[in-house]
Parts: sequence; structure tokens; C-alpha cells
Amino acid sequence: MAEKNALPRSAMNILPLKERMKILRAHMPELDPLVRSRNFEEVNLGLQAADALTEATRCIACAKPACVIDCPVGVKIKEVVALIYSGDYLAAAAKMREDNVLPAITGRVCPQENQCEGGCVLGKKGAPVAIGNLERFVADFERESGQLGLPANAPSTGKSVAIVGSGPAGLSAAGDLVQKGHRVRVFEALHELGGVLVYGIPEFRLPKAIVKEEVDNLRRMGVEFETNVVVGKSVTIDELMRDEHYDAVFVATGAGLPVFLGVPGEHFNGVYSANEFLTRVNLMRAYQVSAYDQPVYDCRDRDVIVVGGGNTAVDAVRTARRLGARTATLVYRRSEAEMPARAEEVKHARQEGIEFRMLTNPIEFLGDEKGWLTGARCVRMELGEPDADGRRRPVEIKGSEYVLPANVAIIGVGTTANPLIQSTTPDLATNKYNYIVADSDTMRTSKRGVFAGGDIVTGGATVILAMGAGRKAAASIHGYLTTGEW
Amino acid sequence: MYRIVEARNVGLNIKQFVVEAPRIARKQKPGQFLILRLHEKGERIPLTIKSSDPEAGTVTIVVQAIGKTTSLLNCLEAGDSILDIVGPLGRPSEIENYGTAVILAGSVGTAMALPTANALKQTGNHVIFIEGARSLDMVVFEDEVRMASSEIYIMTDDGSYGEQGLVTKKLNDLLAAGRKIDFVLAVGPVPMMRAVARITAPLGIKTIVSLNSIMVDGTGMCGGCRVLLGNTSKFACVDGPEFDASLVNFEVLMQRNAMYRDHECQSLKRFEENKEEEVAQLRAELATEEAHHG
Repeated sequence: MAEKNALPRSAMNILPLKERMKILRAHMPELDPLVRSRNFEEVNLGLQAADALTEATRCIACAKPACVIDCPVGVKIKEVVALIYSGDYLAAAAKMREDNVLPAITGRVCPQENQCEGGCVLGKKGAPVAIGNLERFVADFERESGQLGLPANAPSTGKSVAIVGSGPAGLSAAGDLVQKGHRVRVFEALHELGGVLVYGIPEFRLPKAIVKEEVDNLRRMGVEFETNVVVGKSVTIDELMRDEHYDAVFVATGAGLPVFLGVPGEHFNGVYSANEFLTRVNLMRAYQVSAYDQPVYDCRDRDVIVVGGGNTAVDAVRTARRLGARTATLVYRRSEAEMPARAEEVKHARQEGIEFRMLTNPIEFLGDEKGWLTGARCVRMELGEPDADGRRRPVEIKGSEYVLPANVAIIGVGTTANPLIQSTTPDLATNKYNYIVADSDTMRTSKRGVFAGGDIVTGGATVILAMGAGRKAAASIHGYLTTGEW
Repeated sequence: MYRIVEARNVGLNIKQFVVEAPRIARKQKPGQFLILRLHEKGERIPLTIKSSDPEAGTVTIVVQAIGKTTSLLNCLEAGDSILDIVGPLGRPSEIENYGTAVILAGSVGTAMALPTANALKQTGNHVIFIEGARSLDMVVFEDEVRMASSEIYIMTDDGSYGEQGLVTKKLNDLLAAGRKIDFVLAVGPVPMMRAVARITAPLGIKTIVSLNSIMVDGTGMCGGCRVLLGNTSKFACVDGPEFDASLVNFEVLMQRNAMYRDHECQSLKRFEENKEEEVAQLRAELATEEAHHG
């Protein structure tokens, strides 16, 4: 094995350390903000090969690479970067695929600043190696070359696994399990595969064609897919195991139900959950208004506010901008420092003219006599003592109420567990919030043969954490199918 | 792809389809619905399931051409296919022996109420079915309604068949005649359901309505179908579609259902101007899809 993993000689970095550290981080070319805030084309254009090569040179190849430790799926980043430096981009892509079946996606949507790049030692004095951009570069290079480094599958084990949900957790588990020689079938409730990658994350951040390509790669590896199946309704977990003879089930259904604010006026026309707004625009392509049938509120020359501070809220407000909103305002009850959204998206949002109203909270929606939204009564907030998760708690400032005019208000403050599977699988234990209880290492649930991971266990998190859960589950499922021990 | 095995007109602009959808057929219970999408650029629309045949693997739906999607769907015939169908969705009707159950259904709502009527009758209820329609040509499934109920009354707006008047007139007549009513189910246009609720709520008669709010995914994920029950927000797709009529805020439902009215009118107008072309295009797309997936 040591022989196989050895890097080619050309990969040994020959520039002296000091010289390498002087190189500036490669700039990611992006579409002009004025242009892109009126269309849905991808914002980041991707690194050129020369830039990727230079960027790879910056890596000082730490003995204990923090980037690898901080990666939720454990991509061998140091080796990948060395292969890029050697100019063998296809080998770099293949190396990445050993741990990450969706590199073109994670290269685009991971919060690298909190993960791989957050750990990079170069970041202590200057800018970390642009690992996310390099990941995206090799994945795109591989796709465009048409020479895919798909890993080979082990001989068939005769076992089969049902995966519920085709989002990042499900796809990631599917890729790992099919390689181990198991038959894998993924069930998806919607008509299109990809889960949050297609209904949630907008085209300008993650083009749907890329998701489709990654799904097709899994298909080429032998993964079966069935759309239009709502597990818990169309078929239950017990029926999958008893009638369809699956030896194991992995529940990766995602976060589920949108949370509303619970304030008066949330039924006015124009108030959306971020899930609905984004699903209409992304999955149903409502931005191509006359070509596609599913409508979305016509935002042109209207005032749109989006409530929340995470990626979903930022995606929604940038989407509203692109739909022609006169003003697109992000309303968040804490300050910008507490925003969970990915740093690059916040930067891009600012460039696109999104207005940030931090420390502001809507307490009531106002509408006209026909039921259409006209505004939100908001109250200003200040930060108080830290709460359970360490973030300072926002507290209302008395007497600071004011009305923010709005024709559309989009609520992106999180989700709660979808109960469809839990309510039809009596022996599946859930916690007090109705999320499925699963062991954090083995992803085993209370029900023999059933594993769960991703947002349906943790609550709303990130694509990469869901993928990490999918990988863990796959390893654990493989163990269970091999030994038969629970 | 879900093949249409039978398609027939059952009333003016009302068509019944029997479609291959084995998973739904195995699981469907009265009161549940499905969501379908006709083509790659199509919208997702919910439709109540009239019946299913688990052995044949088919479900029966009844479609009234109102907007673009339903108009396009009603141009399809046996042998054609529907691109996507998902279900069964929503909670099934609660079936109990209430005693005397009155079902009020407007036109296409009759199809939705039929399976529940059947189940109520089989559970021992005395089922009184009041079917309403604008005129004779929209009175549907009279024979099946007769089978599913103990008494049947047909009301038409213009008096062209049955009695002249609204379904609520008949309900009031029954109450005035001193009939003891233990349970009411109303399925139809929102104003009709609201009118029923206004009659039965003061009398304390348990009344259920099946709400047709605007949906996208049908699994609880988007919240677009939320309805106001008293001060509580519920999702029609997963908490419903049937709710206690006395709690439903019908004004909010009507207002929310009007959200995309302009868009729907324009979309329908465009469709009607290019009807033949649109249908041909749909068939071509489905043929390509069929060839692609064998």
C-alpha cells in the first residue's frame, strides 16, 4: 500500500519554503457584480491552470496537515495539492474522489474558512492555501476532460442498501457503499435528484448541471435511483426491509419543515419560507418566467426582505436581487459577526448591492385589505450575554420599533424535523425535537439495520457535514452487512 | 413515467384518468392526494385520488380543466404518459361510525369525496350525499355516488337536473326537517366549504373540509400550503388536507389561493393560443423521455 500511495517525484516541492510563502493567494475570477446581480450565471469562474499550479506551490506540506484533520470527510488534501503541483490534475481528482464523491460540489459550497482553510498554517500570518478553489479546479478539469477517475467497485456482496434522500448525505453514502460491492438504491421524494443541492442552493452558486454530472457519475458506478418516492408515505422503512428485501436502510432525508417566526401577519401573500422561495426558483426554475410554469412572486421593482443570517437566507436575498428586486435587504437579529453564512457569500452579497440590516428583528407583518404584504414592523436589537452555543444573545431595545416597507418577506431562520419517517416507523427513537437519534460514530438508530445521518439527525447544518455523516454511515453499514452484528 | 391506461370525459371539461402508479396504488387511502408534473418545464399540482387498484397497480384521478396544467393534462389520452407522479400524500380521512354522515361535494369534488363516502358507508354510517354542480353537464359519477351512499340529492345552480339551488340549501332543508346529523364532510370550492362551516359550527356538528391550498413539494418542506386554524398555522400537505371546518380561516385560504391568479390567467391564455402546438410538444418530449429510459 505504501508503494501505491507514494507521490510522484515531480510532486516534491522544489521552491524553498520562504519563497513559497511569499506568493500571494490566487484570486478567484468572478463575474462583475453589476452584471451578475441581474442573472443566474455562476458567480465564481474558476481558477486557470497556471493559477492553480502557483496556488499549489504555496502549500508548505506540513508534517501534520491541519487541513486534513479539519476536513469533515478527511480528504487527503496535502497529497491532492502535491499532485496538482506536479501537474497531474487527473491524479489529483482521483485522489480526492477516494474520500469525497462530490468534489465539484464541495469545492463550491463548503465553508472552507471554518474547515480545511481554517486550519492552514499559512492563514496564521497571511492567506491560507485556496484549498476550496483548488478542489473545484481539479474536479472541473476532470469533468471537462471527460477522463473520469471513477474508483472500481469491489465484487458483489449480494447485500442491498436503501438510501432515503438524494442530498449530500445520501449521495455520499451511496458512492462509498456501491464501491464496497453492495447494491445501492437511492429513493428521492422530489422529481429531481440532489436534494438541497438542487432545490436549495441557487444556480449562481452551484450550477444544476454540475449536480447532475455528479449524480450521473454515481449512476455510472452502479448506484440505482428512484425519484417520486416519499418514504413514510409511498413506502415505509419496514416495507423496504420486509417486502423489498433491503438488508440495511440509511435515512438521509434532510432537515425538513421550515420554521416561521410565529409573528402576526405571516399569512399575507408575499411571505414565503426560504425553502418555498428557493424551491420555486431553483428546482422549478421560476426565474425563467415564461418558459417554466411554476410561478414565483414577481419581484421586479419591489422591496424584498429576507430574515436570517445563514447560507439559506443569503441565497434567498441574492436570488431576490437577481429576480429584479428594487431593494433586497437581509434582516438579522444578531450582528454580522454572528452570521453563520459562508464568508465568501456574504462578501458577494455586499458586492451585489444587498442591504444588511443587522440587529433587527421583525415582530409583525403588515398587509393591505386584499391580503398582500406591505411591510414588516421591526425592532432593533442589541447583544446581551452569551447563550448556550456561545453566541451573544440578541435582546430587544425597547421603543425602537419601526416599519420596513416590503412586498416580499422570506423567512430563512431554520428548519425542524420532517416527521414522515418517524411517524411511520414506530421503533425508531427520536429526541425531544423529533430528530432521529443515531450514534455519532456508527450512525446506528434504535432500529436494527437502520442508520441515519445528516440534517435529520443533527438539525440544519452544511453540505459537507452531511457528506461526512454519509461516509461514516457507509463505513458502519458495510461493517454491519459484513459481520451481521448489530 | 406513468402511463395512462384509460382516459374518458365524465363531464364538461372534466376527465377521468386511470394511471399506472403501483407504489401509490398499494398505499392509497381515502382522502389522500398525489402531486404530478407533466413535463420538464411543468409545475407540480396536487390532485385528490378517487380510487386505486393495488393489483393492477393503477390509480384513478379526476381532473377539471381550470388552469394551464389541468387543461394540458385533459388533452392527454390513454397510451400517453405523465412525467412525474408522487404520493399518496396527506393524512387519510378519519373513518368512524358517526351515525348519520352528510357529504357535500361540488362537481369535481365529488370524485374526491367518493372514497371517503364509501368508507363511511362500509363503517356503518347512514351516508347522505349532496352533490352540487353548475348544471347537468357537470354532474358526475351519479351511479357511483348512489352506490357509496344511503341517500343522494343532486343540486344544480340552474335547475337543469335534480333540484335547483346550492348544496347548502339542501343541508339547511335536512336540518329544518329535523334530521339528526352527526358528521359533515364538505369538498369543493372554498366559498361552499365556508358556507357549510357557517351552518354547522353553531350547531356543534363535527365538520371536516378538504382544503385545496397551493402546494409545491407536498412533503412539508416548503410551507406554501399553510392554512390558519384559529391562531395556529398548519401545513395542508402533511397535517391535512382535511381539517376541522370550525377552525379554518377561509378568508386567508381564499386570499392565499389568489396569490398567482394573474400569472395563472396569462399562462392559460398563452396555452389556449397555442394549444395544438403545446400538446404536440408535450407528446414529443414524453416520447424522447420514453426512448431515453427504455
